[in-house]
Formats: sequence, structure tokens, C-alpha cells
Amino acid sequence: MNAPHEDPGTLAPEHGAATPSTWSAPRAALGRSEHAGELERLEDKVLEGGRLTPEEGLFLHDHADLETLGYLADQVRRRKHPSGVVTYIVDRNVNPTNVCITDCGFCAFYRRPKAEDAYVLERDEIYAKLDELRDMGGRQVLMQGGHHPYLKSAWWGDLIADLRSRYPKINAHALSAPELDHLSKIDKRPVEEVIADLRDAGLGSVPGAGAEMLVERVRLIIARKKTDTDRWLDVHRKVHEAGLRSSATMMFGHVETPAERIEHLERVRQLQDETGGFTAFICWNMQPDGVPEEHLYPARVSPGVYLRVQALSRIYLDNIDSLQTSFVTQGMKMGQITLRYGCNDFGGSMLEENVVSAAGCARLEGIDVIERMISAAGFTPRRRNSWYGIDDEREAADSAACAPRSAVEAASTKLFEGGRWRDEWVAARDEHARNYVPAAVAAGGAQ
Amino acid sequence: MSQSDQKRPSRERRLLRRAEAAGLGSIAEKVLAEERLSLEDGVALYRAEDLLTVGALANHVRERIHGDRTYFNVNQHINYTNYCNKFCSFCSFDRLPGQPGAYQFTPEQAAEKIREQLHQPVTEVHMVAGVWPKIPYQYYLDLLKAVKAARPEIHVKAFTMVELDQIWKSARQVGRESMAEVLAELREAGLGSCPGGGAEVFAERVQLEGYAHKISGERWLEVAREVHRAGLRSNCTMLHGHIETHEERVDHLDRLRRLQDETGGFQTYIPLSFHPENNEWSHLPGPTAADELRELAVGRLLLDNIPHIKAYWILMDVPVAQTALAFGADDVDGTVVEERIYHDAGATTPQEVARDELITWIRDAGRLPVERDTLYNVVWSADEAQAQVGAPAPVAG
Repeated sequence: MNAPHEDPGTLAPEHGAATPSTWSAPRAALGRSEHAGELERLEDKVLEGGRLTPEEGLFLHDHADLETLGYLADQVRRRKHPSGVVTYIVDRNVNPTNVCITDCGFCAFYRRPKAEDAYVLERDEIYAKLDELRDMGGRQVLMQGGHHPYLKSAWWGDLIADLRSRYPKINAHALSAPELDHLSKIDKRPVEEVIADLRDAGLGSVPGAGAEMLVERVRLIIARKKTDTDRWLDVHRKVHEAGLRSSATMMFGHVETPAERIEHLERVRQLQDETGGFTAFICWNMQPDGVPEEHLYPARVSPGVYLRVQALSRIYLDNIDSLQTSFVTQGMKMGQITLRYGCNDFGGSMLEENVVSAAGCARLEGIDVIERMISAAGFTPRRRNSWYGIDDEREAADSAACAPRSAVEAASTKLFEGGRWRDEWVAARDEHARNYVPAAVAAGGAQ
Repeated sequence: MSQSDQKRPSRERRLLRRAEAAGLGSIAEKVLAEERLSLEDGVALYRAEDLLTVGALANHVRERIHGDRTYFNVNQHINYTNYCNKFCSFCSFDRLPGQPGAYQFTPEQAAEKIREQLHQPVTEVHMVAGVWPKIPYQYYLDLLKAVKAARPEIHVKAFTMVELDQIWKSARQVGRESMAEVLAELREAGLGSCPGGGAEVFAERVQLEGYAHKISGERWLEVAREVHRAGLRSNCTMLHGHIETHEERVDHLDRLRRLQDETGGFQTYIPLSFHPENNEWSHLPGPTAADELRELAVGRLLLDNIPHIKAYWILMDVPVAQTALAFGADDVDGTVVEERIYHDAGATTPQEVARDELITWIRDAGRLPVERDTLYNVVWSADEAQAQVGAPAPVAG
């Protein structure tokens, strides 16, 4: 059932002897002098646009200092986004249900079906949330929930179709791969059919959640009942084949080894080579406060480790266009810093967020703060749509050049063919970025 | 004379190429040749688009001086009063006597704060406070003596130049004459060194607009000169991110650099970020993380004669403090039990941190943790073997 994939092979778990609870960053100056030759070779390779092998990725992970990782990530970001625009989307999370039968020990959000505070939101409650979002100029609702045992794909299709007709400017960015997989199981039909029906109902894009670590050894420990690695990737493959785009994520900083972090990046990169359907990659470290199996997890990794992994992701994922920061888990200060360590997208304004907030991590901010963080880091803030095209009043004349507004539109303009987004789409967007002149510069202003 | 490109180590060649691409080639030449940067260079560093390359130049200097060593200490704060008559626009801490929340510790109360921490391996108490002319000279002497009596081996780093100016004025009312005489008595009572606060931004324009009642920049430097002449070390600071210009910041750093050429008494430069909550400048946004990182880097590059640059974690927060260790900083301050001044201005960081956690932060930033005392004598160091990847953090002895 699962499509075959290239085994990343040589990076067996035993390669990284260190476990996260004892792993610490290499000593910067010391490592740089001990490994000068290989680090410089890899530096040149990345600067010349070369692709890192998994072994090389692991070498950087284990031996490169933060300054080097930042430099390389910033250079890759400049190559992909030379205009200096940093995007974000006005959105909110709606979690239609917290009922879940997957029992992940790192999740503080879900409830068992008969729990007292288990819920399924009424339509009116959802409308009230989306009214607020529409009034703020919102462009996306991120809908994810628990794996509810009785809510089938028809329920979700009705919900999405209803919201699309009431709120035509708000894209439904909904249902992560494990949820789609779950719907296929309770519907008792192939996931392709579930995806096609939801797409026809108005689903516009798919979030990359539930990837956690795409390594079976790790999943068996942290998310035993959740969709496995091959299936997670295969659902995204089918999402891309259906003409939809999706994002990819990684949650690290728990029981994985450094080599397994690289393996995760490698699996994502391989699928992207195949389909080109991922818009963006987002990583964050596990937020362990108050989760059901808190005792099994090491202490939260410190921000410095997140920044290293973030930068390495930008360097490694040479075929993914956008890297999104995770200010909800990291705070605005780190959110801003990551813009110099490979990120070109500030994510969603998140009028509401419930999942990581349940794990002791509530850092929601206003749009004005997001704009200021982007500007103060030396970038031009612009709003975007779910497909990472610029959708901003300040750019009205240009927005058409950026991106198809929907997968359906993309398909109708033949940008999407044979299960793959055509290179023209990416080329047009890059061309736009190259020619883009920030308003401040065009007006003769100086920073 | 700059080295020919062939002779340079490969890493320096790379840094130079990178700086040239960022429009900072001539500055990089000077940095590599260990030449002093000009004031124009300072302004250029503030305006350069490529923040990471500014940081990389500062990192080069930092590693030349300190390698991976990153200093911290186990300290506690005592803000002995918030009575103040300076009415600075940026301050959220000050009160007048009788106002809600106004307080002044007796020497005995301060000693009690010290005794509360006797179970911790504290090596330094940092004492700064408001400025209130009615506090008699004897109070300051008693305060120092009470603290030293409670923990004789503790190093007392106390009184900014602003407070010292007031202490000297109070001392004159009871027959003391020179600042030197006052400093000698304070030292006798237990003063070990002076903190760097109260410098703000020296430029007169900024002072008149923001803190007109405070001693002038020139007076601050004069008191610091007296402190150094008396054989005491001090730190120095700049409060950045409010109404000052890039040129005014460079001017400030230049005045510090010139005094340091003269006395050599500054140990550490600490850029202080303006925090905008609960004060007259609440309409100003305050510096962001990117500004804080740049400030540290420019400080490291311009202040070529000051040994240490501190990323004060309690006001910039852990993400910035860790990143700062690749932007020129070699010190993160300490465990800081009970900080009040920045917390009144909206700082959301914890008011203290455990020693082991501080060590983990430094390691996770790829550096070698070194516990120091106030005068940078090594108290504990992760030696080379312990510093290897994967080694657990040692427990405090």
C-alpha cells in the first residue's frame, strides 16, 4: 500500500551515540579549528548551491558552530528570497474537536471521547470565530482536531463547504496527514477518495502537522498509535497528486538522536524531489509542560539548540521554498532572530491557538508586533495567502504574479501537471522576487 | 600594514570576502589587523544591512580574546531603596517616599537578604538603587558593613557613578572633602567594585530630553575616573533603544574608550536595552532582539580596550543571550536572585536562574562555561575533557 522509498540507509540510529538529554552543541571555536578542512569544504558546497548528503548534514549538525550555520542558512535564504520580503498570514486556528483516540504522550490538548471536557464545536461557535477572522482581513483558517472516532469525512466536507461559501476569502487549511489517514479508516475507503472529496468540498491546502519525527524507532516511543512514517509521507504524496499543496513539520528535542533529525529532513527532501508539493517547512522543539507522559521526556531543549536545528533545516532542505519560524513556541525574540537563520516566513498571526498553548506555551501576538519584528530585522513585511503568494494591499498590482490563488486555479492554468507543480510556477515567483523593490527603497528612503 | 591575502589563515580570508560583500571590507581589514575602528566605522556598523556579518566580525574578536570561554557568576541583587529624585523618563522603578510601593531597606534588612542565600554558593552581591539626598552618608557605610558581616567572603559590587555622586554630596555635609576620601572609606567598609549603570547615553541632547536631573555624561566619566584611581574596578553601560541616534551611541562608546585608554579600570561593557513598560517613554517601542544583538557586536568591535562584553540575560532573555555568544559577548551575568528594576519595567524573564541551567545555556550555545568571581578570577571551569560533546554538566561543588 505504501509507496516504496529510498532508504536513507547509512544513518542508523546507533550512529549518533549521544541522546538528546546529554546532547549539547559542539564547542564553537574548538570545533572550527579541529574540523576546519571539512567545514570549509561543506561551506563552499552550500554556497555554490550543492546538495548536502545525509552524512554531510550530520557532520554540520555535530560540528558546525552557530555562526557558521547562521551564515549558510542566511545565504540560502537570500538565494531563494533575494527581495528581502518576509511574509506572514492573517489566520486563526480552529480546533473543531479535542476528542482523540491516538493518545500521544507529548500532547496536552486531546481528551478521550468520554472525558468531561471533551468537545465538538457547534457550527455557530465556529461562525463566530470566523466572523472575527474575516473582519481582520484573515485569509486562512487552520483546522485540526483530535482523531474523533465518529466524525467522518462527510462531516468535515460539509463543514469546509459551508465555511468556504460563507467566507470566500478564507482558505480552509485543514486536516493533517494523520487526520486524513484516520478519516480513511473510519470511512473504510482509500485516502485518495477522502482527499478528492474534501478538495471538491473546498479544502485548499493541508497543514504539515503530525510528522513529529519521521523515524519509526522514535514514533514507536512517542506516538505509537499515530500514522507511521511511510504512511504520513504517502498521504502527503496523495495530497500533492490531488493538486493540493501542503507544508511539512518536525517536532524535535525529545527522544531522537541527531542522526534521526537528519533522517527526518532527508525523508521530507526526498518526497519534495518527487512531488514538489511542499510549500514550507516548520520545526519546533517539543513543549513538555503538563503533557500526559511528561516524566518520559527530557527537559525542554534551550533556544540555542532550536536555532541550530532551524538553520540546519534551511541548509539541508534545498528544494523547499519557504522556512517558517515558530514564534508561538519560541517567542517573538527568537522568532525575529530566526529571520537571520534561514526563515523567510513568520507563519500565522494566530488569533487563536489551543494545542501547544495547552503545553505551557502561549505566545500569541498582534499583527502590528509581527510587522515591527520583521521590519526591525531589516526585512519588508508582507501578508501572504496559504500558497505563499503575496496578498497584501501594499502590493495590489503585483499579487497576480505571485501565485495561483488555489490549487483549482493552478490546475486550470496547467501549473499542476502529472502530480507535480510545474517549475514555471516557482520560476515566476522567483522572478517576481528578484525584481521586487521594497517600497522604502523605491521611495528613496534609507534604512 | 595589512597582511597579503596569501598569508592570511583561510578563515580570515573567508571572513574578509564575506565582509567585502556586505560593504564592510575596510572595517574587516582593520579588525583582522587589530587596528582601532573609527567613529565612522561605528556608524557604518550600526547601518549595515547584513547583521550576521557584523556579528561574525565581533565573534572573531571575541574568540581571539576569549576563545570559547563564557563567563558567569553566582550572584544576588539587592536594590536597597527605590526612593529617587531623578525622575528619568525610562525608569519604572523609582518612587517618592510615601508613594505606594516605596521602600528603603535598613542595613539589617539588607543583611537578612544576604543571610537568606547563605545556602547558595553566592560570590557577589550587586547593590544599586535610587538616589535620595536625605539618606545620610553613614547609611551607606552601615549598609556595606552589615552585608559584609552577614557573609564576610562576599564581594560587594555596589553604587553606580550616579549614586556615588550623591554619596559624596551627603559625605560633604559631614565633613568629608574629596571623592577619593569617600571612596577610601567605602572601600574600608567593604566596597569591592562598582557596577556600570547610570551612564545611559552621554549625549547632552538625550540627557536633557530624558534624564535632565541626573548627573551629566561628563560627570559620570569623572566619577568613574575617580573610582579607577582609587584602585577599584568598575563596569560600564549604555542604555540603548529609546530616542538616541546611531551617532550618539558611537559618541558614547568613544567616550568610554577614551577613559579606558586613560585608566584601564573598566572590566566589562554591558549594553542595557530600554524596556518601555510603566514609564514616561512607554510610547516608544524599545529595541528588538536584532537591535540587541547588533548593540553587543558594535560594542565588542569599538571597545577594543575593554576585556569583556556582557549579554545580560535577565533583560534580553535567553534566546538573545545565547545567540549573543556568537555576536561578541563572552559573559552572561549570573544567577541574579531577585532582580527588581527591569521587572518593574515589564521584563518577563524569571527573577533568578539555577547555576546548572546557566551552564546548560552556555553549552547549548557552543561555548565553554567558566564561573568567575567579580574580578574575573576563575571559580570553576568546565575543563577540556568535561567540555566534550555529551558530557553532563558538573554539579556545583
